[in-house]
Amino acid sequence: MTEGVDTHTPRVASTEAEPAGGLFQRLAGWMFPGRNLIPAESIAGRALVTVIAIMTFLAALTAGSAVLIYGASQEWSSLVAREMTIQIKPALGRDLEKDTKLAVDIARAHPGIAEVSAYSEKQSAQLLEPWLGPDLDLKELPVPRLVVIKQGEGETPDLAALRQKLAKAVPNAILDNHRLWVERLTTMARALFVAALVVLLLVLVSMVLAVSFATRGAMAGNREIIDVLHFVGAEDRYIAREFQRHFLILGLQGGLAGGLAAVFAFAIVGQLLSAWVASPGGEQVASLFGTFSLGWGGYLAIAVISLAMAILTALASRMAVARRLSGLM
Amino acid sequence: MVRFENVGLRYGMGPETLQDITFTIEPQSFQFLTGPSGAGKTSLLRLMMMALAPTRGFITLFGRETSSLTKDEISAMRRRIGVVFQEFRLLDHLTTYENIALPLLVQGREEATYRAEVMELLQWVGLGDHAHSFPAVMSGGEKQRAAIARALIVQPDLLLADEPTGNVDPALARRLLRLFVELNKSGTSIVIATHDLGLMDQFESAKRLVLADSHLYIYD
Ligand SMILES: Nc1ncnc2c1ncn2[C@@H]1O[C@H](COP(=O)(O)OP(=O)(O)O)[C@@H](O)[C@H]1O
Ligand SMILES: [Mg+2]
Repeated sequence: MTEGVDTHTPRVASTEAEPAGGLFQRLAGWMFPGRNLIPAESIAGRALVTVIAIMTFLAALTAGSAVLIYGASQEWSSLVAREMTIQIKPALGRDLEKDTKLAVDIARAHPGIAEVSAYSEKQSAQLLEPWLGPDLDLKELPVPRLVVIKQGEGETPDLAALRQKLAKAVPNAILDNHRLWVERLTTMARALFVAALVVLLLVLVSMVLAVSFATRGAMAGNREIIDVLHFVGAEDRYIAREFQRHFLILGLQGGLAGGLAAVFAFAIVGQLLSAWVASPGGEQVASLFGTFSLGWGGYLAIAVISLAMAILTALASRMAVARRLSGLM
Repeated sequence: MVRFENVGLRYGMGPETLQDITFTIEPQSFQFLTGPSGAGKTSLLRLMMMALAPTRGFITLFGRETSSLTKDEISAMRRRIGVVFQEFRLLDHLTTYENIALPLLVQGREEATYRAEVMELLQWVGLGDHAHSFPAVMSGGEKQRAAIARALIVQPDLLLADEPTGNVDPALARRLLRLFVELNKSGTSIVIATHDLGLMDQFESAKRLVLADSHLYIYD
């Protein structure tokens, strides 16, 4: 009969429905065991979760960008730092070809130098082609010649000695070790890093303020419960923990949402950039940012920030509660 | 156990609601606190439960001067005091069972250690069938009994009850009074604020503290 069928099917679902609630409730329940004495509905949760998510997103973007900038700047400076150039200017009464060869020989003979290669006349022309056009005859122009030198890994050649030797043999040669560039890059990277820290700090301060306001609102709305808990002998830290439990849940939700959004944002920008790099003319971007992949360091930073935002939410609410409670009888 | 010395209480800039109040409450004693409506019965109870600080004078509770207590010490003392509020003050989102168990819960006790105790008390006050009801669906008398049970569950050294029979019929009032008398025999000091003369007549031998014109008069 139909009755037998009816009682059969719906049972399964009802045994699975645990009153414990979602993952976050269970997580918070595990961290702060006990009954919920402050009803979740009494706390303006959704608005706060949104604020926390946005703040986490901004903080994660900032931190991810800082990681990217740091990585790129490390790459540039290690590349640039190992490379030097000798520039040989054309001079009256000197044979540029011969001077170049002389400079190459001197550099090769110098201890600590791993690689020396001179740009030939043709290569120099190619180098200038984008600016001066293909029908260039270098013989008509006083274009200097370049010799690229790479120092050996872990070696520090005596550049002053090399410079002296060059000055004696090829007075129209200039040794440039790009120190200025390295310094500028480092300064820029540092400035960006400091800017990122400042943004992060501002985000954190706003977070703490937003959570404090929300906590105060929640406490005002639950004043009767707080009073009753006091009268039955609850200590302030017990009441604070009741609020903290809720705010930790909100923090975890907001932190996770914001962190995931940031990961997606980086993934999307990375995809766009790699499509761009694949197109002609995109190499410059690639040389600036590498592949724009965050790497595990970046993802770790985002995860740490998301979790930190959740914990900060709980701590900020706890401090707000403690401040308020200390004024109540 | 409780000692008031020249206590005065003033709300804001108004006149003194209580003046020169001096009395003691002995261990295991039973007293009615009476007086017309607005005489200051609730205010006096609020002083005793440290919900208010006196504007002058000294209050000593369990041998300690109350103005020098830290918040944790106040919490510890409140665990020895059961309070029945005139307006019950049950928590609406908790069941009767949870409301009554609240004083034990906030002490950090495991539910398994008090479950039977709470159920027994529920039976005792006639709320056995209402263990899982919420206050919103209970009558005034039922809420009254739940509020009394919450005050009794810790077996307090001092019980303060504000008009505990104000919402029940005379028969139930008599039963509740018997409950307080039993509790008193087991060692609890009891203060019942009431303006119900009929109730006081049922327990003639109890001490009477009478509030009139913001002063306290004591009749043994
Ligand atoms: N929170 C308060 N603020 C100002 N006045 C109050 C407050 N509570 C009580 N009062 C005043 O104190 C007096 C005593 O009140 P109460 O202690 O409630 O008397 P009872 O309980 O005997 O009826 C009344 O005049 C009342 O208006
Ligand atoms: Mg009153």
